[in-house]
Amino acid sequence: MSNIAVDQAQAHAHDHSHGQAGAHDEHDHHTPHGWRRYLFATNHKDIGNLYLIFAFTMLMTGGVMALLIRSELFQPGLQLMQPEFFNQLTTMHGLVMVFGAIMPAFVGFANWMIPLQIGASDMAFARMNNFSFWLMPPAAILLMASFWVPGGATAAGWTLYAPLSTQMGPGMDMAIFAIHIMGASSIMGSINIITTILNMRAPGMTLMKMPMFCWTWLITAYLLIAVMPVLAGAITMTLTDRHFGTSFFNAAGGGDPVMYQHIFWFFGHPEVYIMILPAFGIVSQIVPAFARKPLFGYASMVYATSSIAILSFIVWAHHMFTTGMPVTAQLFFMYATMLISVPTGVKVFNWVATMWKGSMTFETPMLFAVGFIFVFTMGGFTGLILAVTPIDIQLQDTYYVVAHFHYVLVAGSLFALFAGFYYWSPKWTGFMYNETRGKIHFWGSLILFNVTFFPMHFLGLAGMPRRYADYPAQFTDFNQIATIGAFGFGLMQVYFLLAVVIPCFKGGKPALAKPWDGAEGLEWTVPSPAPFHTFEEPPVFK
Amino acid sequence: MKHAKRLQSLMLGASLMAAGLPTWAVVDSQGGPAVLELNLQTPVTQIAEQIYSLHNLMLVICLVIFVAVFSVMFYSILKHRKSVGHKAATFHESTTVEILWTIVPFIIVIGMALPATKTLVSMKDTSNADITIKATGMQWKWGYDYLKGDGEGISFLSTLSTPRTQVGAPGVTPTELRGDNYLMEVDNQVVVPVNKKIRLITTANDVIHSWSIPAFGVKQDAIPGFVRDTWFKVDKIGIYRGLCSELCGKEHAFMPIVVNVVSDDDYKKWVTTKKTEMAALADDPSKVWTVDELKQRGEKIYTSNCVACHQATGKGVPGAFPALDGSVIVNGAKAGQVAIVLNGKNAMPAWKATLSDTEIAAVITYTRNNWSNKAAENIVQPAEVLAARK
Repeated sequence: MSNIAVDQAQAHAHDHSHGQAGAHDEHDHHTPHGWRRYLFATNHKDIGNLYLIFAFTMLMTGGVMALLIRSELFQPGLQLMQPEFFNQLTTMHGLVMVFGAIMPAFVGFANWMIPLQIGASDMAFARMNNFSFWLMPPAAILLMASFWVPGGATAAGWTLYAPLSTQMGPGMDMAIFAIHIMGASSIMGSINIITTILNMRAPGMTLMKMPMFCWTWLITAYLLIAVMPVLAGAITMTLTDRHFGTSFFNAAGGGDPVMYQHIFWFFGHPEVYIMILPAFGIVSQIVPAFARKPLFGYASMVYATSSIAILSFIVWAHHMFTTGMPVTAQLFFMYATMLISVPTGVKVFNWVATMWKGSMTFETPMLFAVGFIFVFTMGGFTGLILAVTPIDIQLQDTYYVVAHFHYVLVAGSLFALFAGFYYWSPKWTGFMYNETRGKIHFWGSLILFNVTFFPMHFLGLAGMPRRYADYPAQFTDFNQIATIGAFGFGLMQVYFLLAVVIPCFKGGKPALAKPWDGAEGLEWTVPSPAPFHTFEEPPVFK
Repeated sequence: MKHAKRLQSLMLGASLMAAGLPTWAVVDSQGGPAVLELNLQTPVTQIAEQIYSLHNLMLVICLVIFVAVFSVMFYSILKHRKSVGHKAATFHESTTVEILWTIVPFIIVIGMALPATKTLVSMKDTSNADITIKATGMQWKWGYDYLKGDGEGISFLSTLSTPRTQVGAPGVTPTELRGDNYLMEVDNQVVVPVNKKIRLITTANDVIHSWSIPAFGVKQDAIPGFVRDTWFKVDKIGIYRGLCSELCGKEHAFMPIVVNVVSDDDYKKWVTTKKTEMAALADDPSKVWTVDELKQRGEKIYTSNCVACHQATGKGVPGAFPALDGSVIVNGAKAGQVAIVLNGKNAMPAWKATLSDTEIAAVITYTRNNWSNKAAENIVQPAEVLAARK
């Protein structure tokens, strides 16, 4: 590795004298210090850091919940907790991971990288950016505090299906408000991202020359603006059903419990693409960089991303095949869902074609990107199998579904986030992470991830329902394997924090402005670490 | 099959090493999941069989694509790396290739959708059912009502029969050994005849539940305030087990579904026993009735059980079935009639197994006060029937 770094040092020595670096150092004395720097942060880099720290904290919190769940499921019977607390854990694990960890982590990446990639000096609305971050911690505190109110946290599942959600205690109301706040934050973040991308690109950077990460985030931001208000509507109706005598979802009052599911999944399905499209973007940056070869089909990647986004609005009811729909509706949603595999396939083929006849090296970012492609595709295939309605009816609400969405959310989104961290952290910290430790983190995570989640396919096929605090003894063996894997996977992430992240913020080998010789993009034209202010003069993009 | 077995034993070995010896030996559940089951449960309906082969087909297609795509990728990873001196090509964009890899998956997807459509359409066809049963999900048990067909009128609740002493609780170790069907056994099983189309209507009282038997390929949410339906026609006699499949609160894991599929004859027997049981449960035999109450009740029982022989007119069929109207026994001492109804005589069947005390009392009282009969002892109380049984 050090050889590469030296090569790069020689090849790209001119980067250091390349305009911005010297000019911007003078501005560093404007950098605010102490807590004010973060509470009043308007700098996209500081806010990006805040988002990433917040997301990692929530990842650990949600991870602890997951391990408690897995501990209870180590054997049949009830050993550690009552089923009501178990249900609180499964619910909160989902909410925390989706709204607290994965989404904010991608927003953190967007804050850090979008201005750097398009040559903008900052995000378009710097103060709103501050507000959208600082809404998150209160929301998280509200959500977590609900464990300690009478009746505990909401135990209705992260989907908060009515009418079960109507039976919950005040923890449910706290979750509703927390999601409202996080939703508001997401919408503000999206407005910011869209405005920044559409208005602040460096001269010469047309939309079709924009880095893929910006493209995927642009589309994601539109999805967020379209669907977060829908979720807000659904949970507000739940709130008024609970306290103000309405009957939106109460059949006795003329409402319809299934309507909740329609509204929720109209949000929920685009939501899964919200969590995966930026991951596609990150991988689409990393694969060409380490294959030292341009992305095979840039335009087709953009079109595939857009198609996925559009299709995501017309597939929601595939989450509801067992509610009993007319056969025509089931057929429509089955066909539409299966159709999504076409643009998704285009993406995978593109990545493979980009690698083909390249000159590849496998530093940790590339490992995670290849791992992502490999394992995410498995999740894609189980998704295709689940799209087939008769099979879905057999597997609905079983561990097969749990396996499927962890393959796309953990091995998909989370692995892409790790890939992005290893790829861009030299730019953030100014130091190279420890390559050996990065590789240990990758192999440990990849293997233990599969130990945890692969057996769940078998459990689901055999018919073990999800959200079960106790299970028939025939399911014991695979559950034990999954639990062992889960603890290993959790420990790998602690290792990541202690052995990789913290050391590389403290020091290490200084990073070059462009530590990856195949990497392209404006972010590599500024020094590492990126100075507090960058691109005060728009760079020229050719 | 051989490979599956080998894989199973391999997995077993691996899991034993990983987890230490389990505390008790688990065997396959009859009609439920097998230990270390790697595929869908053995199907026993045509729909479940179709789902089973559909899943196999999908799995094979996906595996083939998976292997094809990733052989290319791993070949590339091995050969096109900088460390073996491979120089990067610069090609990108190829309209032909891109159109090809859009069209080909599209065609494959259509190929998958066709058989799926066929199965789906037949899954939704709930017409021409032999028996209709309503399943009502409630926190945390199932209620069943036989609405139509043989067994109409039967209704019962079905709750988990696994004792809590097998489950344990935090800090309380289970005191009883777990059975083979731990958490998959109930007090009252749903009984249905083999090879008959059963239409299942689902609804719920409180929150959404989901009625599911994997071996039937059936899973249907039970939604409060709404009814949904599904169907199954089981090819094989046996007991089949499923679990509630929609989060319904704290006891979600403790409301299983057990269906006992029996032969036609056994089904008829079950219907009879169940009806007797129900009737016996419905009425308190020590209750003292008035003549009018019993007459009213007795008329219904007479209509459904006695008219075939004794006729609605009470005149019977001369030479074959005696008349009740004006009969010496009916107008005489009640003990004689009670004995005949309970134990039968010649062509007269014994009713003690099928009719409850109240029903027998009612039907006797009805005959003693109907047509031209005006018996001196004009009323029989259920308690007297009960006494006569001994």
